[in-house]
Amino acid sequence: MDVLTTWFHDLMAGNAIFTAQTIGYYWDGLVTTTQLVFLSLVIGLVLAVPLAIGRSSDRRWISLPIYVYTYVFRGTPLLIQLYIIYYGVVFFDGIQETFLWPMLREAFYPALIAFTLNTAAYTTEIFRGAIKATARGEIEAARAYGMSDSLMMRRIILPSAFRRALPAYGNEVIFMLHASAIASVVTLMDLTGAARFIYARYYAPFEAFLFVAAIYLCLTFAILYFFRWLEKRLLAHLRPQS
Amino acid sequence: MLDLHGYGPRLLEGAGVTLQLAVLSLALAILLGLATASARMSRGWLLQRLATLYTTVIRGVPDLVLMMLLFFGGQMALNVITDALYDRFGVDWYVNLNAFAAGVITIGFIFGAYMGETFRGAFMAVDAGQIEAGKAYGMSPWLVFRRIRFPQMMRHALPGISNNWMVLLKTTALVSVIGLSDMVRVAAEASRATHEPFTFLLPVAAAYLLIASVSEWLFAWLQKRYNIGFGGH
Repeated sequence: MDVLTTWFHDLMAGNAIFTAQTIGYYWDGLVTTTQLVFLSLVIGLVLAVPLAIGRSSDRRWISLPIYVYTYVFRGTPLLIQLYIIYYGVVFFDGIQETFLWPMLREAFYPALIAFTLNTAAYTTEIFRGAIKATARGEIEAARAYGMSDSLMMRRIILPSAFRRALPAYGNEVIFMLHASAIASVVTLMDLTGAARFIYARYYAPFEAFLFVAAIYLCLTFAILYFFRWLEKRLLAHLRPQS
Repeated sequence: MLDLHGYGPRLLEGAGVTLQLAVLSLALAILLGLATASARMSRGWLLQRLATLYTTVIRGVPDLVLMMLLFFGGQMALNVITDALYDRFGVDWYVNLNAFAAGVITIGFIFGAYMGETFRGAFMAVDAGQIEAGKAYGMSPWLVFRRIRFPQMMRHALPGISNNWMVLLKTTALVSVIGLSDMVRVAAEASRATHEPFTFLLPVAAAYLLIASVSEWLFAWLQKRYNIGFGGH
């Protein structure tokens, strides 16, 4: 044990990069990344549910605009979407006089808007696929019980669609975590932003970026295991009975 | 109209960079993917572990972080090597890792991991009887690969390759961050200079949609070709 502590002490003494201050930068970056990803995922999820219902509608004037929205947002790079919102928000007439302006002037909110719209588009398509895959028998059973369309959606289709969408949605969450790295491009000090700052300050690319890569890897695994656990719980009824 | 305050030609050049970058990275990714899939299915314990480590780590870290690590760190590592060569052997050899090469290597390296998973699934979907039949005809392993495993594997792999390509195409936008003048970087520069972001960013977004639509159509055609003899789908 003594050997280990001396070894660790020597290791820390020989390194100028991982000081309390730089660890503090990484911590602030982790907080920003988490806030950004969590908020955009939650808002995106709330938006995606009605959009997915509309996207599965038979009325084309409802489903077509939603299709165009998801096609555009899934077909173009998130970086472009971020630039359009970050540089373009100034051009909405009168926005500088509203109470929103102090918020929108900072990079955080344009990034949040871009990420939210992006994840909402992907999530809409994931949910639409899950809604479409509802077994016919379930719908027929709901009809036979005399359920209205909205009751059937609420009690039958959505609960089973959410479960089917879970694995794909887990991938989307990981995708969003990784995509959030581009927030550093618009001057935001997220995890990647902190790594870039420390790289520039100490000219130490390996330390700066390998450390942040390890943090992302841990976060990815945490999300992965969380969704596995959730799937196990929520899809327990689909497991073969022993 | 295409002049765009004089940025039109540079934007077109940028679009060319984006396309070249995407196609070259795809080629590298396919090669790496085939190698990874073969390694994961091989009997060698070390090869299997290495391939698994590669696919797991790459898919767990953001593209942008990997790109910066390779671009900034790669140059440093190269400098260390060339300096050592100079000190020890007097070889005056300097390699400058340019942004384009770094972009192709990083994107190819990242998507090689995804392709590896796609190809592994596709190789396993090829009927073992087909391979046995090839061996029974006295074909060498390479001939079995070329004539039997590869063409039949592609049928299963194409939807996955198509998916990976669409994601790869969008990932190329990230090279603008490490200083490569692809169409995103030109558009961002022009937006800042002229204060007209929509004039430049919207056409670039449309260009991405166009490339995506054309490649979707191409993949549908390829899919049809590789499915000949399998009745429709």
